[in-house]
Amino acid sequence: MTAPASKRIVLAIVTLTALLAVSVVIGVSVGNQHIDLTTIFSDPFSQTLFFRLRLPRVLMGLVIGASLAVCGAALQALFRNPLADPYTLGVSGGGALGASIAIAFGWSARFFGIPLVFMTSFVGAMVAVTLVRAIARTGAVVLPGALLLSGVAVNLVSAAGVLTIQYMADSASALRILRWLVGSLDVVGLDSIYRMTAILAPAWIALLLLSRQLNLLAMDEDTAVTLGVNIRRCEMMVHALCSLIVGVTVSTGGAIGFVGLIVPHAVRLMFGEDLRIVLPGSLLLGASFLILADALARSAMPSTELPVGAITGLMGGPAFLWLLRRRQQYSAM
Amino acid sequence: MSQPLLEASHLDYVYGPGCAAVSDVSLQVSEATMTAVIGANGSGKSTLIRMLSGLLRPQSGSIVLNGVPFDDWEPRLRARQIAYMPQTTATAFPFRVIDLVLSGRTPHTLRFRFESVRDAEIAMKALEVAGAAHLADRPFTSLSGGERQMVILARALAQEPRVLLLDEPSSALDLKHRADLIRTLSRLRAANGLSIVMITHDLQLTGTFDQVVALHEGKVAASGPPREVLKDVLLREIFQDQNVRSQQVGEQTLVWVDL
Repeated sequence: MTAPASKRIVLAIVTLTALLAVSVVIGVSVGNQHIDLTTIFSDPFSQTLFFRLRLPRVLMGLVIGASLAVCGAALQALFRNPLADPYTLGVSGGGALGASIAIAFGWSARFFGIPLVFMTSFVGAMVAVTLVRAIARTGAVVLPGALLLSGVAVNLVSAAGVLTIQYMADSASALRILRWLVGSLDVVGLDSIYRMTAILAPAWIALLLLSRQLNLLAMDEDTAVTLGVNIRRCEMMVHALCSLIVGVTVSTGGAIGFVGLIVPHAVRLMFGEDLRIVLPGSLLLGASFLILADALARSAMPSTELPVGAITGLMGGPAFLWLLRRRQQYSAM
Repeated sequence: MSQPLLEASHLDYVYGPGCAAVSDVSLQVSEATMTAVIGANGSGKSTLIRMLSGLLRPQSGSIVLNGVPFDDWEPRLRARQIAYMPQTTATAFPFRVIDLVLSGRTPHTLRFRFESVRDAEIAMKALEVAGAAHLADRPFTSLSGGERQMVILARALAQEPRVLLLDEPSSALDLKHRADLIRTLSRLRAANGLSIVMITHDLQLTGTFDQVVALHEGKVAASGPPREVLKDVLLREIFQDQNVRSQQVGEQTLVWVDL
């Protein structure tokens, strides 16, 4: 018999934290310019390169990867659909549309210190997830096919919306939207990392606190209710938290696809189905995954950098198809 | 008769205009009794049991559990009293059987704690009682329909409820396992004082039950001991078929339809 969940979670957290540490070291070591890590405190050139560019980029990967993966795990459990993730459900698309509206009016607008782009992106993501759920839910069941198809539709509409805004915006804004859309972790300095983390970290924790309810929901909705789960409340919390998390990450890093799809499944294969392990595990592995994917994006071509969204997309597409195939084999349900 | 453990009075539930699923249904369940709910498809059986389990809120009428109105129970505490076994469980993820059964311990564990060794023992015991101990390490998604029913029964038993609500628990079971299910439930009634409310189309299985409630078009057509309810005249009316026959053979009531 396999170890109980209380032992498996310790194993999962220790292993994945170690992997994250290794990933960070690899992340800061890779790049067009070689940095000798022993000289970052003595040599001013190395210091600037490391603290202004390399480290922020790795931390950006960490924050965004963790965010997308934990949302993917939560959405899969909530909708009982292994193919759900912020990208496939259109949540990223909705967020992107919201963000591009703010970008067209200028990046730097703030409300009470919070960037306007975070807010519009959050609203876009929230509208998308609410819409997708409302379409897919008929009576007591969420139809898995309808869920993904309405996600596709929301993505298409959002993409068209972004394109329209891009055409109408002045050329500087249009270029900014284009660069951001591809999905990149380009960032200078640590300020934007601090700003994101201040919002994201509490949202991650709130999501992790729901892992027991999500575990019961992933098994069976009716039984979860009779075991005492307040399903409406749980659903609203997951919608709001994922929209917030995805909104903030999309408005900074663009719509980086499939991280939320691949990572939770990798955690499941390693440590089992229990969502109380899958959620924190996805947070850690998602961080490692995006750091490593970005390291690959930066070093794959000798002269130029690929956007990280291209790497995750190239890996995520086949993973999606593999999961779809596997799901059909279960289709007694 | 003492105060019933679970008492439903004048329950109504309407899904849409003109289609009342349940109207004016009352039901009393005493401690250590077995109740069968029978009736044709669409007669309101599942709606009734979903109201008793808290999945649907009755639009009028009241449900009282252990002397306390249903809505006044904290959900987690109510879950220690009542367990519900759905007709099917369609999980999309290959949860291991033992983990699924362990989740039945949720109402008994603290919110941020994993299940204890004792919880694991109770879950394993529940699997044994349900006759599914050999499936403990299998992924739930790899099981047959009948095996799944045995596992979700174990999950409900791991909850250690006082009232067990079952929605057609035997629909995918073979002859032997149907008999085993009834034997197991009878044993739990005697040994643990468990009360059982079970929807079933296997009228033969209800011979050892304490009461049978027959629903017809959302209303109680008859209720009482099995041999009083399972009569040709009544069965012909609720199933709308003149060829239904029933016959008393010793303790058993045989019911069949002439083809």
